[in-house]
Amino acid sequence: MSVTRVDIIAGNRTEAMKREVDEPHSEVARFGAGKPLKLDAGVELSPFQIAYTTQGTLNAARSNAILICHALTGDQYVVGTHPVTGRPGWWETLVGPGKPIDTNRFFVICSNVIGGCMGTTGPASRNSETGEPYGLSLPVVTVPDMVRAQSMLLDHLGIEQLLCVTGGSMGAMQALQWAAAYPERVFASLPIAGAARHSAQNIAFHEVGRQAVMADPDWKSGVYFRDGSFPRRGLAVARMAAHITYLSDSALHRKFGRQLQDRTAITFGFDADFQVESYLRHQGSIFVERFDANSYLYITRAMDYFDLAADHGGSLANAFKNTKTRFCLISFTSDWLFPTAEARQIVHALNAASASVSFAEIETDKGHDAFLLDEPELYDIVRGFLNSAARARGIT
Amino acid sequence: MLAREDTPVSAAQHGTRVDLVVIADMVKRGSRVLDVGSGDGELLRLLSETRGVDGRGIEISREGVNRCVAKGLAVIQGDADIDLADYPDDAFDYVILSQTLQATRRPRWVLEQMLRIGRNAVVSFPNFGHWKIRLEILVRGRMPITENLPENWYETPNIHFCTIRDFVELTRELDVRMNRAVAFNSRGRAVRLNAPWWFWNMFGEQAVFLLSRKN
Repeated sequence: MSVTRVDIIAGNRTEAMKREVDEPHSEVARFGAGKPLKLDAGVELSPFQIAYTTQGTLNAARSNAILICHALTGDQYVVGTHPVTGRPGWWETLVGPGKPIDTNRFFVICSNVIGGCMGTTGPASRNSETGEPYGLSLPVVTVPDMVRAQSMLLDHLGIEQLLCVTGGSMGAMQALQWAAAYPERVFASLPIAGAARHSAQNIAFHEVGRQAVMADPDWKSGVYFRDGSFPRRGLAVARMAAHITYLSDSALHRKFGRQLQDRTAITFGFDADFQVESYLRHQGSIFVERFDANSYLYITRAMDYFDLAADHGGSLANAFKNTKTRFCLISFTSDWLFPTAEARQIVHALNAASASVSFAEIETDKGHDAFLLDEPELYDIVRGFLNSAARARGIT
Repeated sequence: MLAREDTPVSAAQHGTRVDLVVIADMVKRGSRVLDVGSGDGELLRLLSETRGVDGRGIEISREGVNRCVAKGLAVIQGDADIDLADYPDDAFDYVILSQTLQATRRPRWVLEQMLRIGRNAVVSFPNFGHWKIRLEILVRGRMPITENLPENWYETPNIHFCTIRDFVELTRELDVRMNRAVAFNSRGRAVRLNAPWWFWNMFGEQAVFLLSRKN
């Protein structure tokens, strides 16, 4: 039972979203009072739930599982139709039968992160004690919290060790955190377009986004759900600003240049004269139909707090001391959100820890979003790395 | 003491470059190897297939790295002149520099780093003392262009050519042990075992040395 885009255009956003946050279309693992999630904030979250999807078949040795970690605004619908937007999964380019992450060979798991809004416990989820959404009463969550929750999901699924954990952007942060926190559970880690810490510039961009949300009168200190309002304008502006950082100067120029939108001359006004303005407004408006504003605050905060070296006495190499995990890092030349220098720092740390590491930089003008787009070189590298890991793990 | 060897070179059986086969013969089975200047991964693949090594690589060209990683080899993009400093002491059994020494900016530093990171170093390079090269300079008065060294002087990445004699001299300065040395011509035929150094330097087109720390 999938929902079409018509729902959204008809303004049924709240209904579709309300349903997904507590009763998602995907699988759900529920963790009761006996299994609380211990958060970095020093409190326990209980009960909580994790929404996830799986593709392919777990082999008898339970050794062919690949965990895919999604980015800031991603979710568990890595392939297949999205229940709110009706659009294809966010990593159809890379995941599927015969694709580089081959679901004919591998058992692929993807779960919505803690703090998310697609069925895993987050600020939009109903708090069983109050009967209304958590809102800002949910403790602030971190990337290590997300990974801790995922490890409980793996326990639930009876998977001791992952063949590989991978993801782009915030997904790459999780792939690194996994290898640092649970080295024995991660045979291979494949972080794409990521970093071991969020840079000052990236924190700054996130702060702009959060301020846009919180400046919207409809945000109402985070309790907009009480009267059915929603900070659409604020969240749309946050998305517009963020979207620019996902692209690159040359990609924007190639796509739009200074071309005008449905007009032959500038209007001497503040309507969207330029195609690039119209494009960003569109991106903002479709985003608010599928994402919770408070979730956006929580997850951007989690990324800001991520600093793997700081969690290991200031030395990134310490995070990977004696690791047996094999790593492959990938960066993109035009990515200015997570530039190659960030990947190189991780490579240096892994070398210092004598870890097995591959690192490739892919030339593209598509910016940070390149990991989601058609990049044949990315496919070859992911396929080569996974094949070699599978071979070493004895998977045919 | 030097042990110059007439290693049987069986390139044909692997369809591989002669110097790579010579290098592979010098590496013990199952050892940890860092290949500096991996190119498209030919040596790492040969080492992992025939010697079962745990191999890593470092390569400067993006295209080379991406081809290696796509083959499932653990190779990173990096510059030997800079990035060798990041590796801890004794991280590898062998650090290999194949046909790359002459292209480094600091060959001596690179060699020192190799013997810090690894217990053994294997170095192969084209011998600039070969008679054809000497003849080019003597007769034509031009920088030599040969089968092995096909680029013009203004295009070549090779900025630090040396002869076999030069290299042996450097190993003496660095006070390292030379365990094996092999010189061969372009057809892969090894230079006669008991020939004197001047003969090697004259008739070896390429040389491969296995070095180790003295302590």
